[in-house]
Amino acid sequence: MNATTSVHVEKLTKRFGAFVAVDAISFDIAAGEIWGFLGPNGSGKSTTIRMLCGVLEPTSGTADILGFNVARNPEAVKLRIGYMSQGSTLWADLTVQEHLRFYAGLYGMSGREREERISSWVQRVGLSERREQLAGTLPGGYRKRLALACTLLHAPQMIFLDEPTAGVDPVSRREFWDIIVGLADEGTTVMVTTHYLDEAEHCNRLAMIYNGTIVASGTPEELKHLPQIGTMVEVLSSDTVGVLDAVEHLPFVRGAGLYGSSLHVALADTSDIERLNAALAEHDLPAEAARPVLPSLEDVFSAVVQPQ
Amino acid sequence: MNWRRAWTIALKEYTQFFRDRRTVAATMLMPLIQVVLYGYLSSDVRYQPTVVWDLSQSAESRQLLEAFTNSQYFSMKYRATSMGGVVRRIADGAALAGIVIPPNYATLLHQGKTPQVMVAVDASDATAARTSLSVAQAIGSSVSANIERKAIAARGIPIPHVGVDIRARAWYNTALRQEVFIVPGVLALVMQFTMTFLSMSTIVRERELGTLEQLVVSPIRSSELMLGKMLPLMTIGYINVTAILLMAIFWFGVPIAGSVILLYFTVLVFFFTTLGMGILVSTIAKTYIQATQLIQFFLMPSMLLSGFIFPVDAMPVALRALSYLVPLTYFLTIVRGIIIKGIGIDYLWPQIALLAALGLGVFVFAVTRFQKRID
Repeated sequence: MNATTSVHVEKLTKRFGAFVAVDAISFDIAAGEIWGFLGPNGSGKSTTIRMLCGVLEPTSGTADILGFNVARNPEAVKLRIGYMSQGSTLWADLTVQEHLRFYAGLYGMSGREREERISSWVQRVGLSERREQLAGTLPGGYRKRLALACTLLHAPQMIFLDEPTAGVDPVSRREFWDIIVGLADEGTTVMVTTHYLDEAEHCNRLAMIYNGTIVASGTPEELKHLPQIGTMVEVLSSDTVGVLDAVEHLPFVRGAGLYGSSLHVALADTSDIERLNAALAEHDLPAEAARPVLPSLEDVFSAVVQPQ
Repeated sequence: MNWRRAWTIALKEYTQFFRDRRTVAATMLMPLIQVVLYGYLSSDVRYQPTVVWDLSQSAESRQLLEAFTNSQYFSMKYRATSMGGVVRRIADGAALAGIVIPPNYATLLHQGKTPQVMVAVDASDATAARTSLSVAQAIGSSVSANIERKAIAARGIPIPHVGVDIRARAWYNTALRQEVFIVPGVLALVMQFTMTFLSMSTIVRERELGTLEQLVVSPIRSSELMLGKMLPLMTIGYINVTAILLMAIFWFGVPIAGSVILLYFTVLVFFFTTLGMGILVSTIAKTYIQATQLIQFFLMPSMLLSGFIFPVDAMPVALRALSYLVPLTYFLTIVRGIIIKGIGIDYLWPQIALLAALGLGVFVFAVTRFQKRID
């Protein structure tokens, strides 16, 4: 572990009775990067984050955050991190301003410094007009904005965001990511979980977790070129569902799925493109010829979790 | 201990408490309502409605009944003309006592014999009945003694003045008013009830809201969190205590004989035990409903064992030992001591010390039990 590593995790494990929620995962996060943690619900993302923040005690394994061991030195870690949990973390009967003053107080801020930071964050997350509004009456997306401001107010060196954009409208989601990218540019390390795979493109590096195990990791580019994905082709058709039914069970097709208005088909290698086109023609399907495309992260995820 | 962080928690709690007007009203009024109810319910066994069947209808029988009325324990509300009438009044609950005077009452007295008068008491409530029965016995003895003296005097024999003169004096509560004893006890009981119920929701509510997780990740320590949670509750508690004391003085006419400052100090010590208990339950329970059930294991026995209803000295040894683990036991002795007897710290320091020890124990246990983890 060196100065440019923010998180160093080794064989971190969490069992709940006989159930293994997180199974001996290891990874590193470099300072100032946005590190995405992808996986379906129940795959162990939140459990991992909660262990890193000192909320849950790991069954075994170690985690170092910003050079401090979480188990041995939790207070040092807590002063330097921010955590936005998945659920609601606001008091319905306190206003936006009262929330921010409360968190400022917990981190020892007061006076002018406190008010300046609050003003700046209220503006940055778009809550200037709603400072006196009770959190309970805020629309869902604004509640998330307030929760984010509460997490970031004390200028943490590292932030953990657990599904920050769940239940947030598309416009707000984009604004959220602008803020997250902006923070990383300023040097904050970000660990973020999401199940919106399109959002994962914002991350510098990603890890895909499935059933408590990391099944793939790397930059988005690296993941898209993993050998087990093979060759990804796109088929344009007026009847994508019909084509999907026809090609799904062909012996040389590894996988197929709808992707927007087109069809993505995974093949073992480029030589299979001809065989696919031949099959399309043979069945007289209303489709244009298949052409190679870069796989989406969804394609990658399907490929890495499928038994070969 | 970082005071700013504890104060931050306290400020948030104050804001939340005073934002909800209905909670404020309920918290302020409930203790007063309880004091009024207990204060009036505790009225003693005087003026028991009594049914009388006087078959003698003589000057002598009227004298006897007058003696009963003058005792203030019996109130001649009903007249009966048969034994059935007496039984009916007592059976339907209209009368709690019945007096039957035989037809030959006056005649037997004149013949120098001893007539029998029946006094029947509804003994469903044994304590009240015991009082009525012993008062009836006493009336009997004193009426008999008077008749004896008159009879002796009538024969011209000088009455010897011998015997024991017992000068019984009621100390402290000289007027023997039941409310003087009850109201200070109610103060203690109501404060225990209010404080545990308010503190019980503190941690478990944050757990249910999901906000506890956010607090756990912040640098706040569990002792700071608990102190911050307790501070506003203590303020509310002091407002309640003051209201109850004012009510005791101006409504029930129960003055504070001892030091008000000492009383307020011991209230603070008591708050630590009750709030600590509530917070302890709050850290153990997973939901608020669970907390309300758990707290019954503390509230119920402590009310019964504390000496609020049954005197501790009259308890079997095992239960008496248990009662020494109940904070309310000490606080009752302290409150009654200060308000009724007017005694000070020179008499009360053992109780205060033990109460403080219990409070510290509970608080430390609650803090360590709540290790700031939420699993």
